[in-house]
Amino acid sequence: MTDLYQTQRAMRHLRRAAIQRGVVAILDVGSSKITCLVLRFDGPDALREADGVGSMAGQSAFRIIGAATTRSRGVAFGEIAVMGETERAIRTAVQAAQKMAKVRVDHVIASFSGAEPRSYGLAGDMELADRVVTEQDVARVLAACDMPDIGDGRDVLHAQPVNFAIDHRTGLGDPRGQIGNRLACDMHLLTVDNSAVQNLVHCVNRCDLELAGIASSAYVSGISSLVEDEQELGAACVDLGGGSSGISIFIKRHMIYADSVRMGGDHITSDISKGLHIPLALAEKIKVKHGGVQATGMDDREMIEIESESGDWDKDRRMVSRTDLIGIMRPRVEEILEEVRARLDAAGFDHLPSQQIVLTGGGSQIPGLDGLATRILGQRVRLGRPLRVQGLPQAVTGPAFSAAVGLCLFAAHPQDEWWDFETPAERYPARSLKRAFRWFKDNW
Amino acid sequence: MRSLNPFRKAAPEPGLRRDPAPSRWAYRMERLWLTPLFRALMRVGLPAFVVTLSVGLYLNDETRRQGLVQGWDNLVNKVEQRPEFMVTLMEVEGANAALADAVRDIAALDLPKSSFEIDLPATQALIEQLDAVAHADLRIRGGGVLQVTVTEREPAIIWRRDPAEGETGLDLLDKTGRRVAMILSRKDRPDLPLIAGQGADEVVAEAMDLLAAAEPHLGTRLRGLVRMGERRWDVVLDRDQRILLPEHDPLAALNQLIAMDQRERLLARDILAVDLRLAVRPTIRLTPRALAQLRGEQGLVTVENEL
Repeated sequence: MTDLYQTQRAMRHLRRAAIQRGVVAILDVGSSKITCLVLRFDGPDALREADGVGSMAGQSAFRIIGAATTRSRGVAFGEIAVMGETERAIRTAVQAAQKMAKVRVDHVIASFSGAEPRSYGLAGDMELADRVVTEQDVARVLAACDMPDIGDGRDVLHAQPVNFAIDHRTGLGDPRGQIGNRLACDMHLLTVDNSAVQNLVHCVNRCDLELAGIASSAYVSGISSLVEDEQELGAACVDLGGGSSGISIFIKRHMIYADSVRMGGDHITSDISKGLHIPLALAEKIKVKHGGVQATGMDDREMIEIESESGDWDKDRRMVSRTDLIGIMRPRVEEILEEVRARLDAAGFDHLPSQQIVLTGGGSQIPGLDGLATRILGQRVRLGRPLRVQGLPQAVTGPAFSAAVGLCLFAAHPQDEWWDFETPAERYPARSLKRAFRWFKDNW
Repeated sequence: MRSLNPFRKAAPEPGLRRDPAPSRWAYRMERLWLTPLFRALMRVGLPAFVVTLSVGLYLNDETRRQGLVQGWDNLVNKVEQRPEFMVTLMEVEGANAALADAVRDIAALDLPKSSFEIDLPATQALIEQLDAVAHADLRIRGGGVLQVTVTEREPAIIWRRDPAEGETGLDLLDKTGRRVAMILSRKDRPDLPLIAGQGADEVVAEAMDLLAAAEPHLGTRLRGLVRMGERRWDVVLDRDQRILLPEHDPLAALNQLIAMDQRERLLARDILAVDLRLAVRPTIRLTPRALAQLRGEQGLVTVENEL
């Protein structure tokens, strides 16, 4: 765990360096496609004259100058299954994006959806030494959180402080400078499978790139597809991806829960392929072109021609009605949504003040999904698309790219994480030189 | 399961668009190519290096260098010697025959010659060195003619040099005192007035003014002006009469004398000189005979001897 803590810290430094250099790439490794966007940062000085102070507290505006999407190979359930194939797919996407941007990128911020994310809510409190909360105190209270047993072979992906409380006042966003006796914090910890992260790091390194950040795609698609009041009042984002469906719950602009269902659009495709005895590629085409989940009487008369190339005339000349297709697709979609419902219930989503659910991801484009989702997930369901960012090509604005767009926002304005605060001096080994140095630094 | 052997390519899945991945080396080369420094090096540095190297290698040999220089010279020569650029004739305009010959002599152009080899400003300076030439315009006209338009210097006065200095002879001077030519005899230019004396050529303008003032009244009696001691003028008339003019404002003094003469016919009398050097007291010097007569009339008896 300390390893990843250090790694995350190093990645933060890399990210800062990349933004200083002005170019950073984001890479969404999904099960059905891999998207690479190249961001150009204007630097914190770009708006200095207009704003007077450094804009966005040193963060800066960005523009997308290169975008490329390629069919994903070797990724299953949002995890890397075949390293070589994935590496080649990443290479394809990065090269095409670089070509469009006409600039070489060295730093990449990646997201993936699988690796069995698990959420933990942590709480910690401490007495304040001199009644005024300093940044050191924030670091100490974060370090005072009880670490749950996250299990072997798992790593912390996100560790975000979501709430601070001083004495009896809670709901503080930034406790620094406030006065009190006791500081408490709530932290959201997201752990993932160690090996999936290692594989991703390895794949990215083999493409001569450096990983400057890593995020869960459920989290980043929530950032991009939930509007601000939804994030503030509480909402769940369901990212219906290819191999897995990510769930993230936001309240007060913080993610408080994330999970993923290991089912997605690829399963619908494979159902169609099995049901109609056609190749996967053709099944995907039919799903995208004629798919749906609400059958009407009209659909009985809408016949879909299935042209395969088996050589058997009868097999190659089959016609299937759209109702049949919907009959294949609907149970699987229902299954996915019911699984999502179960996860939300387990997370206690029904206790939140707002029950808004936003469906996004490529799977949310199935016609009639909103009607079906309303029955399973509750009345307040809407279909979400990622918000617009500057320079985004039209082809990358669909709901399938909400994770990629959210990753851009994550790259530009990352949430404070545990590793953004300096390690409190007490946590260093007793006889360490660093500890002595820190002691001097804190006391003078 | 698909084959793990990379050389046995799996058949592409039907219905899927080809989406080839770049090979690892192609990817690396592309990234290298997108590196700004490398790109600048390849696009500017490498061609510059290759050009410099090849030129350097070629010029390393002495004979090649000489050949190049010679070839260039030949080429230049060939162009310069084309008949279109040759000057075959020098035409002098605005000068008399003698001056034209002098111009030709001093320009010393060995015609026919290429117009590239004629240095017109230098030739112009040479020609303008001639005293008789005030200004020369040189122009190469079509048809290979070098046209020299000469403006002659206009002689205004004759200057007799002081034989005491060892220089004898008569020089023609223009209005500014610049020497124009030499003449052998005063009779060559009887129309021009005469001045004499050392340093007279430096104050020709003043001399001209004085002469202009004296001419209408004195007419043919005027012999000329003599510069005395490089500071003042004497007007010399016939019968060896002299008018000594002051250093400052000689013209006023001369006008005063002319007025006096008109009133009293002073200069027609038997006097040797009129001294106007002191403006308040003009003085006249009588001839010895006139002086003796004057004294005789006054009853003074003078003893005269040869001394």
